[in-house]
Amino acid sequence: MRSGFLAKNPSVLWFLLILAVFTLGVTFLSHAYGPGMISTSMVKTLGKTLCLCLIAIAMDLVWGYTGILSLGHFAFFGLGGYMIGMWLMYERTRDIVLSSAGEFPMTPQEINDAIGTQIFGVVGGSDLPAIWHFAGNLPMQLLFVVLVPGLLALIFGWLAFRSRVTGVYLSILTQAMTLALSLYLFQNESGLRGNNGLSGLQNIPGVSANQDHLSVWFLWASAVALGLGYIAAAFIVSGKFGSVIRGIRDDEARVRFLGYSVEGYKLFVFTLTAIIAAIAGALYYPQAGIINPGEMAPIASIYLAVWVAIGGRGRLYGAVMGAAFVSIVSSWFTGGRVPDIPLGFYTIQWVDWWQVLLGLAFVLVTLLAPKGLSGIVDLLEGIRSPKRHGAPLGPDKGAFREGEAQE
Amino acid sequence: MRKFLIALGLLLAFALPGQAQETGITAPQAEAAQAQITGLAAVLAEYSKEIAKPSRRTIGPVIAAIAASGEGASRFLQAYADKRVGQRESDGAFFIIEKKGGDYALSDPATGAPAGTAPKSDIKEIKPNSGVRAEIGAALVRFLLSDPDPKKRRDALTAIERDGEASHLEPLRASIPDETDPAIKAEKVRLERLLTIRFGKDAPERVAAIESFGSDLGLDFRATLNPLVATTRTAFAGAPEGNVADALKPGRDISKDEAYAMLVAAKIAPARISASEMQQALAAHVEGGQVGGLPLAAMADPAKREEAYATLAAAGIVPQRLTDAEADKLVTDHQYADIYAEPDPEVTTAADAALTRVGRTVAAMQTVDLGLDALSLASIYFLAAIGLAITFGVMGVINMAHGEFITMGAYTGYVVQLFVPDYTASILIALPLAFAITFGAGVAMERLVIRWLYKRPLETLLATFGISIALQQLFKNIFGTQARPLTSPPWLDGAWTLNDVVSISYIRIAIFVLALIFLALYLWVMRRTRLGLEVRAVTQNPSMAASMGINPDRINMLAFGFGSGIAGIAGVAIGLFAKVTSEMGQDYIVQSFMTVVVGGVGSIFGTLAGAGLIGVLQKGIEWLNPSNTLAAQTYMILFIIIFIQFRPRGIIALKGRAAGD
Repeated sequence: MRSGFLAKNPSVLWFLLILAVFTLGVTFLSHAYGPGMISTSMVKTLGKTLCLCLIAIAMDLVWGYTGILSLGHFAFFGLGGYMIGMWLMYERTRDIVLSSAGEFPMTPQEINDAIGTQIFGVVGGSDLPAIWHFAGNLPMQLLFVVLVPGLLALIFGWLAFRSRVTGVYLSILTQAMTLALSLYLFQNESGLRGNNGLSGLQNIPGVSANQDHLSVWFLWASAVALGLGYIAAAFIVSGKFGSVIRGIRDDEARVRFLGYSVEGYKLFVFTLTAIIAAIAGALYYPQAGIINPGEMAPIASIYLAVWVAIGGRGRLYGAVMGAAFVSIVSSWFTGGRVPDIPLGFYTIQWVDWWQVLLGLAFVLVTLLAPKGLSGIVDLLEGIRSPKRHGAPLGPDKGAFREGEAQE
Repeated sequence: MRKFLIALGLLLAFALPGQAQETGITAPQAEAAQAQITGLAAVLAEYSKEIAKPSRRTIGPVIAAIAASGEGASRFLQAYADKRVGQRESDGAFFIIEKKGGDYALSDPATGAPAGTAPKSDIKEIKPNSGVRAEIGAALVRFLLSDPDPKKRRDALTAIERDGEASHLEPLRASIPDETDPAIKAEKVRLERLLTIRFGKDAPERVAAIESFGSDLGLDFRATLNPLVATTRTAFAGAPEGNVADALKPGRDISKDEAYAMLVAAKIAPARISASEMQQALAAHVEGGQVGGLPLAAMADPAKREEAYATLAAAGIVPQRLTDAEADKLVTDHQYADIYAEPDPEVTTAADAALTRVGRTVAAMQTVDLGLDALSLASIYFLAAIGLAITFGVMGVINMAHGEFITMGAYTGYVVQLFVPDYTASILIALPLAFAITFGAGVAMERLVIRWLYKRPLETLLATFGISIALQQLFKNIFGTQARPLTSPPWLDGAWTLNDVVSISYIRIAIFVLALIFLALYLWVMRRTRLGLEVRAVTQNPSMAASMGINPDRINMLAFGFGSGIAGIAGVAIGLFAKVTSEMGQDYIVQSFMTVVVGGVGSIFGTLAGAGLIGVLQKGIEWLNPSNTLAAQTYMILFIIIFIQFRPRGIIALKGRAAGD
């Protein structure tokens, strides 16, 4: 490496600086460590936004850099949430069972039965399914956060890439996978409480701190994960590996003819991003407090692509900007804090019309501003697009358009 | 004297219920004889003593005489059986009575005309006992079964069908030869055989009745057989008694716990003290941190609990608990069997065999039914996907808003029905209107968005998704979130029923026909019209087509509009049986893409095959696990993902230049 990592990735330093300032700012304005100008629920929203930024980075890696429009990454996000949610719910129920029992000690079987009844009574069951075997074991469940989505992505990716499914077909296939997974989890027989999902995740077993403190701690954890994720992603895309995956995005056949194992690279990126997504999910759902299969519906994954596209794909800071911007603006609009616009004959209530605005804005961004929000950065920096007479960078479906590329 | 003889004849007829013929002959004779002399009133006067103090031995001839007396007889018998007959103390006349405050409202038994009221003290209520009432009921049945009014005969049959008794069999048999209506006669014969299965006098007769049905699919036949083969599980100290269906061995057919529970139920063994009872007993005897000599903390171990309990039991503080070994010995020392409720083994064997036979036929018919279900599901998917077959299959444009076009069509139907109350007319208006509206929407979308992204399918996907969420919210804002009705015309209500197993609703047949029409329309447009020729030319090679004088912009616009328009019509059809909500399109979009991809992009017959495959598959999986349609969808999608591995280009893959890339 002739020039240093930071010199090649000036955005990393800026990003970490902004992230640190943001985190400290929120901390010292929160209820727990400051005057309480930011409410606890707001801290949670911000913490969740950081997690969404992390999964947006994963999406950017897989779509913006490798050209695979995956519509399934929210499934991995949800799976990660489920894995940590199982431990949280099991341990919490265990605490409840033990505290409600009398002084007469319970046998392990009795404790298990009581937990099963508590958790599964709502879906008419009382037995703990086999997949809950390790639910009381935190290290195992943390391992599962990485392992289960990782393995799923590995198997699915291997099947898909090896039969050279590309472009739109791959998108539809990943969407089908997400749909299948969410439909599966919707069943009571899946052993994860069907459409009730897992709840009460905001309480951390064994931690007596109140939600004011917990929310800030989770914000820190999310910020650390986001920072590390950003650095890791920047590291991946800045070296030779990054050049290869960008090559795959723009002209897969040429990269293959140069002797690279295109399938191997794709599989690596797909699995790695699935793991990043799962970690983001594992941090997100304890802050949300509840997870259900509806969160993993195909539409969520398409929204993820929308965030990245609005932020500008193919740049890590673009993905973060897109996710943060859309989710914060979205919660602003849907929270009913935007004043209505009376037109005389009709009053536009933004709670109802925000979705329409978002959809149309997204169409406009796709058509007119391929760089998305990152275009503003380029404008300030004076970076222009190359002149290619309208031709994209390569023949592949996921290749950069002329307007997306930097000179 | 003559009357006495007739009555004697009738008595004989009743005393020998087996001789149906004889009764059949005697009844009309009696009727003729009675009609000459009297009506009901005379009969009542004649037998007033027997009617007032009815007993099972003497009532037979009386009922026969009443039954033969003509007008009012059935009314009187019905009232008699219902204990609504009273005798006036003053003159001994009979009336049908009805309580009215403290008095009785009287009506004449023969004519039914009101006959004033009488104070309670003047009237003696007649209360026949249950044996007499049964006799009356049988006579009433005979009476109703040969009533001149076919509707009454049919009602009587229905009543017997619902609630048959042994006493119905004879009158039913007697009424068959004189039945004039062939349909009712067939019903009577069938009912007679069903009653014979249940109440026939001996096993050969009942078995013959069972055999005569063959593998009849009727629910009534199965409903008659099922109670015969119903079994109860019982434990026996020695060899099983009764009509044994199946001997059960603990550990193989039933678990040892079940066997023990049966022993408890048969009062052979005492109920065991359960684990939770033991726990409670132990918890009640904690003394100084110790239970039964063991520390309280050790109670988390089940073995230690047993030990502590044994100590307590030995001391006589708690009742003795059977050890596992003792319980095991009890279980192995006894025998267990399923016992038929029906005592006759010949009958149960025949019934079992008949049920197996019927079961096979039912399974075959269910397969046919499942096939019809699958076909109708396939036509729904085909209908939803055929628009995509044009926009995605032919033009290669991913339109995520396709589902919203389906919704748009359905809402068009809803709005038309708001203005046109006649359902047939409204559907006929809605179909072309939905096509026109979604055609317009499709053309607008193509002009404004899609044509800028023709080489960029992934961007098209996302941009059309943006349109999709905007449209969805727009529908919500306009029509609200609740489901809107789209009512089908009355001639589409109901179902075409082949037998008790196979049936299909007319609306599904209509959708099947609609799918066929669209297939034909598509083939005609694409293969026989100028537009189709130009569409194919433009999709194969736009620049070459342009140099031949075709305007690719115009063709793309029209083709996209055509595909969207078909989605609109599909929306009307789907809305007829599904709920019309702003999200209904979402339910079909992924499946529609699957249909096109599985079938093979660019081939309409591929789409057809894809729809067929998905329909059959989904119904097949649902049949394996009928309670769970979600699981069926899950496994179907998994199957499709794996299928794509082996045939990435779908069932019917285009070859050569037509395949494009």
